[in-house]
Amino acid sequence: MTLKLGVPSKGRLMEKTFDWFAERGVEIRRTGSEREYTGAVEGVENMALVLLSAGEIPRELSTGRIHLGVTGSDLVHEKLADWQARVIAMEPMGFGYADLVVAVPHCWVDVDTLDDLDAAAAAFRAGHGFRLRIATKYHRLVRDFLREAGVADYSLVDSQGATEGTVRNLTAEAIADITSTGETLRANHLKILSDGVVHRSQATLFKSRSAPWDATARAAFRTLEDKLGLDS
Amino acid sequence: MAQKAATLAQAERLFAFFQTAGAQPVQADILQPAETLLDLYGEDIRARAYVTSDPARGEQMLRPDFTVPVVQMHMQSGATPARYTYMGEVFRRQEQHPERASEYIQVGFELFDDGAPAVAEAQVFALFSELLSPLGLHAATGDIGLLVAAVEGLSTSEGRKAALKRHIWRPRRFRALLDRFGGRAPVPVSRARLLKALDKVGAESVLNRAGPPIGLRAHTEISARLHALQEDAATPPIAAGEVEILEDILGLRETCTNALEHLRDIAVDLPAIAPAVERMDARLEALSAEGIDVDLLDFEATYGRTTMEYYDGFVFGFYAEGRPDLPPVATGGRYDALTRRLGDGREVPAVGGVVRPELVLNLTETRP
Repeated sequence: MTLKLGVPSKGRLMEKTFDWFAERGVEIRRTGSEREYTGAVEGVENMALVLLSAGEIPRELSTGRIHLGVTGSDLVHEKLADWQARVIAMEPMGFGYADLVVAVPHCWVDVDTLDDLDAAAAAFRAGHGFRLRIATKYHRLVRDFLREAGVADYSLVDSQGATEGTVRNLTAEAIADITSTGETLRANHLKILSDGVVHRSQATLFKSRSAPWDATARAAFRTLEDKLGLDS
Repeated sequence: MAQKAATLAQAERLFAFFQTAGAQPVQADILQPAETLLDLYGEDIRARAYVTSDPARGEQMLRPDFTVPVVQMHMQSGATPARYTYMGEVFRRQEQHPERASEYIQVGFELFDDGAPAVAEAQVFALFSELLSPLGLHAATGDIGLLVAAVEGLSTSEGRKAALKRHIWRPRRFRALLDRFGGRAPVPVSRARLLKALDKVGAESVLNRAGPPIGLRAHTEISARLHALQEDAATPPIAAGEVEILEDILGLRETCTNALEHLRDIAVDLPAIAPAVERMDARLEALSAEGIDVDLLDFEATYGRTTMEYYDGFVFGFYAEGRPDLPPVATGGRYDALTRRLGDGREVPAVGGVVRPELVLNLTETRP
């Protein structure tokens, strides 16, 4: 069988992934027309490229339909329960940096830490009759983070886009979202809590723990390992 | 399949046992409105329960336990005193422990009784003890009410006591608060800076410099907290001696009889716990009257702190010794706080517990 590598199918993440492999002597590229999701690999025999949406790569790794995959560590941690049991993080790739952070309105001068957020949430719930709402699409990561920190009296509300606007629109009191420069947060009058970094994400090469292996795939993997300078 | 049938037969036996003890059999819907459970338990319940949605009824949860629907039923229509028993599946997501069952049968017993609390607690414990006696389990007991009383007895501001009481069920946050209120942890840098600015230019000016107001949390709420922070900064640290007493209580692991003796000594220095100690004394007496040997029964002051929010008094659990792989066979306790929360101002004293028939069966089969 061929060794299957899943990579993001479009955008900067795809281009940077191609560059990263090229720098290490493995040429991967898209083939066919602009709209056709097919790819080719040169430099490693019996290795195939699978172009996927970055958000689907965690699931494909988890079910073992691909041996290797490139995606943001945030997506793996968020989408896979007990991710360490399903995939191995082989190599951080040094691009696609983004931090998942908890942010509150800038005008909350009394809130700078999770401890403050917890106290504000207690008072908010007592005053308003419902829990302080935090808008996010990273439910698992944020919930685990806040539980670990002992924050209570909050609830998560789902926000799949334009999360920074939820506070102004009164659908949430605070947010937890991905930011790389903090520019959008500032423009929306939000500030990051000083201990509010939930996860520092970057593009990472993952290996599935459940993909089937045979001699051909194993040999291809060893060649790839040598080229990439990985040893596992 | 055969295993499930055997578990059901075992559950029927336990269910019959509770009915013989005078409990009225009740049932609950499998689909429960998610809102009530979320309001009670917060986001954590989402990680533990299956959420499903219905276009007309909104978010629903597969019942993670029976306690909430049974309390609601009793508060709506039941006359106190009452005893209920139930049997049925509960559903729990097991993200951290995929090897554990995500669907299993619970048989429960709940006692709503406004008579002597010690007697009600002893009755419930003795009932589970009798039911499980052939299995030779280890019993653990604790008392959340004692911790609450100890916090209330500290000589510090009401705000600090409320913050500590709120986090009794979250030991790490509790510890961090205690360290700060006791002056053992430094004031966070940003807090110190804020307090300095408040002293220098006043709350109004600090607020006005902070950018446009956005969101539902109003200016008045922010200034109320600024005021509370200033007050807290002016409050002296909790005396080292009191923190030590609290830690002494938290570290208590003894037989019930010895624990009571030790708590009596502590009550000399912290008289606020005296009523809770008296209540424990009365409970031990009631347990003895039920035939429980309290000289051998274990007491752990922190028992039930991490797993059972809303248990606010006596708590207990039964474990198979030498089988750390198994969850507790039975757990229970007093949950007056839950009835208060669900009762719109009303409260009914309540004690109860649940047992897992498949574990009873498993242990009966493996017992030599």
